[in-house]
Amino acid sequence: MRFESLLDSVGGTPLVGLPRLSPSPEVRLWAKLDDRNPTGSVKDRPAFWMIEKAEKDGLLTPGCTILEPTSGNTGISLAMVAKLRGYQMICVMPENTSAERRQLLEMWGARIIFSPAAGGSNEAVRVAKGLAAENPDWVMLYQYGNEANARAHYESTGPELLADLPTITHFVAGLGTTGTLMGVGRYLREQVPEVKIVAAEPRYGELVYGLRNIDEGFIPELYDESVLTTRFSVGSRDALRRTRELLEQEGIFAGISTGGALHAALGMAAKAVKAGERADIAFIVADGGWKYLSTGAYNGTLEEAEARLEGQLWA
Amino acid sequence: MAIEVRIPTILRTYTDGNKVVEGKGATIEELFADLDSRHPGLRERLVDEKGLRKFVNVYLNDEDVRFLGGLETELSDGDTVTVLPAVAGG
Repeated sequence: MRFESLLDSVGGTPLVGLPRLSPSPEVRLWAKLDDRNPTGSVKDRPAFWMIEKAEKDGLLTPGCTILEPTSGNTGISLAMVAKLRGYQMICVMPENTSAERRQLLEMWGARIIFSPAAGGSNEAVRVAKGLAAENPDWVMLYQYGNEANARAHYESTGPELLADLPTITHFVAGLGTTGTLMGVGRYLREQVPEVKIVAAEPRYGELVYGLRNIDEGFIPELYDESVLTTRFSVGSRDALRRTRELLEQEGIFAGISTGGALHAALGMAAKAVKAGERADIAFIVADGGWKYLSTGAYNGTLEEAEARLEGQLWA
Repeated sequence: MAIEVRIPTILRTYTDGNKVVEGKGATIEELFADLDSRHPGLRERLVDEKGLRKFVNVYLNDEDVRFLGGLETELSDGDTVTVLPAVAGG
């Protein structure tokens, strides 16, 4: 496959069957390997779409500074696109994210401003909004509310999935900005009657939920409950266990949030088997495991790995 | 009918610091009423006149009750209910 430049190669990722983890020939699981994107994550899609949109709208002009709250992947993707398009990149990132993410961000030329660990991405969003108000010339693309984030998936991920798997019955993905689920979900609902759209939301350790008040919670502006069929909360133990199973059974080395999506996908598969229905369940491999090696997710027992992940943002 | 209820850090002022409490009820609504009888004020932090509060997520055995039956979601003995504040991802 030949492309004019790296940015032209975003998307078009393989969809691979999981013959060992699928419960039966009638109920099959499919992994969309979105770690096979330029910076190694699904976020290259929204990053590219959001920057293109901002350029088209005249928001971004050469030499501009982009600011974004991100727990890592979106920042890395934006830094890569920004570098190629000639923008400065500043990421606001919670301090409890893996060391690899910082190194990758710096490698692609981003400046990092850390937000406090307590409160997780909520805090990063709050800090970024404050910085944006103080620096009106900085451009915040704001992945949580930017329609181009969801549209990236509506225009690319969704059509790719349907082309490769016309018999799709379920789509499962991690819930963060909600962009993947909203975009793919809307596209598939238009094309496939009765398709089920399932969210796997990461459930972190205590620290991440250390808000001062329950009224300070956060729901991304992109989120539209009506697109989803259901939503599961997946704890770090289940996510880790499934991440290891994916490696063990199918040879796929994925990041921890993918284990969360697989957990929900297997739950839906079990339901289909019980109901005696056929199913083709696709889920997103949002990134590879490389960025999580230092978290110890792949070493020792599950209990040890879980303890090491406590208080870390793994999606 | 015993239901295990997991309480987030910010609401433990209502449960004497307890992370897990037990309750009973045939529905989420009844469970919250039961909890409120022993942990006064807790229910009001979870629901308002329109139903579940905006930034409160409640999961029955890890599934969001908003996609089940909301406050009318039926419960069975041995179920686990988890309450969590809505936080950002990404």
